Amino acid sequence: MSTMDFASRLWSRWPLETVIARGGVGLGLFAFVVALPPFRADMPWVPVLVGLIAIAAGVWVMSRGLRRPGWTAIGFGIVGIVLGLLATRANQGNLNQVVVWSALLSATLVWATPLTFAAIGGMFSERSGVVNIGLEGMMLCGAFFAALGADKFGHWWMGVLTAAVAGAGFAAVHAFMAIQLRADQIVSGTAINFLALGVTGYFFIDIYGENGTPGNLPRIPEVNVGFLGSVFGHLNLMIWVSFALLILAHVTLFRTPIGLRIRSVGEHPRAADTVGISVYGTRYAAVILSGMLAALGGAYLSIGYLGSFSENMTAGRGFIALAAVIFGNWRPFGAFAAALLFGGSTALSFRLQQPWPAPSVLFQALPYVLTLIAVAGVIGRSVPPASAGRPYVKQ
Amino acid sequence: MSEAATPHAPLESDPEGYAPSVAKRLAFYQRAGGIITPFLTAVFAFLMGGIVVGATGHNPLRVYKAIFEGAGLNWFLHFGSYHVDIPFTNHHIWFWWDTSTNHTAAYNLTQTLLTTTPLILTGLAVAFAFRCGLFNIGGQGQYMMGAIVGVYVGSRFVALAHVTHILFAIVAAALAGALWGAIAGFLKATVGAHEVITTIMLNWVAYWGGSYLLGRDGPLQNHVDKSIPISDDIAQKAHLPAIWGNPALQALHAGIFFALAALFVFYLVLNRTTLGYEVRAVGFNPEAARYGGISVGRNFVVAMAISGLFAGLAGGIDILGWQFRLGVLDVQVSNIGFIGIAVALLGRNTAVGVGFAALLFGGLLTGTSTRSLDPQIFPPQLAGNLALMIQALVLLFVGADLLIVYIWQARRKLHLPRKVPA
Repeated sequence: MSTMDFASRLWSRWPLETVIARGGVGLGLFAFVVALPPFRADMPWVPVLVGLIAIAAGVWVMSRGLRRPGWTAIGFGIVGIVLGLLATRANQGNLNQVVVWSALLSATLVWATPLTFAAIGGMFSERSGVVNIGLEGMMLCGAFFAALGADKFGHWWMGVLTAAVAGAGFAAVHAFMAIQLRADQIVSGTAINFLALGVTGYFFIDIYGENGTPGNLPRIPEVNVGFLGSVFGHLNLMIWVSFALLILAHVTLFRTPIGLRIRSVGEHPRAADTVGISVYGTRYAAVILSGMLAALGGAYLSIGYLGSFSENMTAGRGFIALAAVIFGNWRPFGAFAAALLFGGSTALSFRLQQPWPAPSVLFQALPYVLTLIAVAGVIGRSVPPASAGRPYVKQ
Repeated sequence: MSEAATPHAPLESDPEGYAPSVAKRLAFYQRAGGIITPFLTAVFAFLMGGIVVGATGHNPLRVYKAIFEGAGLNWFLHFGSYHVDIPFTNHHIWFWWDTSTNHTAAYNLTQTLLTTTPLILTGLAVAFAFRCGLFNIGGQGQYMMGAIVGVYVGSRFVALAHVTHILFAIVAAALAGALWGAIAGFLKATVGAHEVITTIMLNWVAYWGGSYLLGRDGPLQNHVDKSIPISDDIAQKAHLPAIWGNPALQALHAGIFFALAALFVFYLVLNRTTLGYEVRAVGFNPEAARYGGISVGRNFVVAMAISGLFAGLAGGIDILGWQFRLGVLDVQVSNIGFIGIAVALLGRNTAVGVGFAALLFGGLLTGTSTRSLDPQIFPPQLAGNLALMIQALVLLFVGADLLIVYIWQARRKLHLPRKVPA
């Protein structure tokens, strides 16, 4: 009996439809990959065939009543066919130059890491019921204060610490406005973005002037683990931290009382208040945490990856992180997958710049278009926490 | 339940609890005449900005005076007996102020008004959606779509006659903005996607879309030099006529009349038409409006389309009035649409308020620009960031209206005996 029990539990967790839908997504990706260097199928029917199988899988899942996974597989199938066909028609020399898997993979990790930090931060804030449009600003301020702290105190970890404190400070302003004063959270978040832009720009010019940050800024070190190979062997410390953070965030949110409190405060604050959970306290903590995490993402950009700061250097990454929160359906692993996808599109866009400058720009718009499609509900709606954006009034 | 009979009971059992309710806030605004809070907001923001300026070793008073003069607002202080030419004729009439733009003050003022023009329109774009209960932070994207379509129509279609070309370009730009706004309205009406999320995404799609269209090998890149990511110049006859100043030195153009007319149209449509009534009804309470037979979804689409119309118009007018071309850099550094949010909120979403707030921000932007600010007194790179900070503080303080109500009530509580809790 117990074996049956186990099998049925496994069955309920991994029903056939889900497996087929995920297989469809995989085949959709493969339709593109099959036309790229290691396989190099240069006959157009190969990606079309693989993509059609993916679409068929999606249609079957749809017919079983699962709209979201079905549409996802169909979408990946279509995109896979289009990209695969483009790749079969592309110049092989250029293709070899663009598709260097190890370089693409490490660039994906590099661009996904700041997004992961900010997206997980934003997810905590939104899960607690406070919409955080100010992620971009908190990230930017993290980038600046990390450079400032690392420069003035002479240690990279002091830079990271300064960034976290500064991010927490900006987030505290947002939290005070949104929670205590019940200001419109969008107005307050927009204000944070402008404030960060102004403050970092002002002090950057005031302190560093025309020359910019010094070239010998202390950098966040790489972790050298030789046996992990060329991609994972020399990753920046912050990338490993982001992996750890991901697991920690998932466990905290779904397996601990703290996570339960955060979620209940975001779904039904009155009920949470009734059972003695401090709505204001929880929300303050979540928003300040989100500011710290977004600032760490910014710190990775300035003293981890680039080793310098420039005005408005985040250039919309905070908004991509926001998109990742939504695209990832307010879940840590979802947000991480979205961050990888969006980071990958950035990485690909940079590699495409040389042979095909015009289309490479369009790849940068991909995160936003995908998020639009996701919230439009074509592939099943992304549903935010019930009380996100609503101020709570104690009784 | 016996308390229900006492006159204070509705307030005591108010679900808003100890904090002032929306009704109380509105009552406060009524008392303040609707002017005091925005005024205090602006004053506080400038004060805080002054503190930052002072803390970094500059004299705030001298800095603000330099910005004031950079904005050309000191022009109004010099009275005299002058004359002004009537545009498009050889006549002139007596006038109080000297309108010759050979003087710095008058020239700076034309630049301030030049900046005010799109700010009025992007401010209205945010304000109109607000009145329908929607937060349109997509003004930037709608403005960009207007500018892109404006530069496309302005640089092509050269066979059209002078006025037709201008009107065609402006209408096309406005419609492009309207379409961009309507997408968000449509998604809100049909699947309930939050307009803040969709407009943010649409902003960035417009940003990268514009960078693609105007960038290297893009479809709208100029035909002369393929190494520069910039569009063709628009046709000479598609330029809006200059009304004040020398066109070679960036004069004030006729586009400001569109902006002023838009303020008037905004007021009329909202307050004197059925459409405006429905939009405001949905803004006040969508459920009640639905119960009253108003199609909420249709109003979401219409309000966002009209919002986008204003922003797209701003983009088109900027291209035809003084930019004459659009580059990838313009697309990527412009933030006129975002400043519209501060304009609308400081102007409390009314036509008159938006007009004055746009003038304030237009002056601030011009006064802190490299072109107008005296670099001896304050480096313009710092001043540009100071303008951003002041803008952010205005937004923060507008959002913090409760803070002012708290202070107001704390002041009154000092004079009133404490009520015994029921």
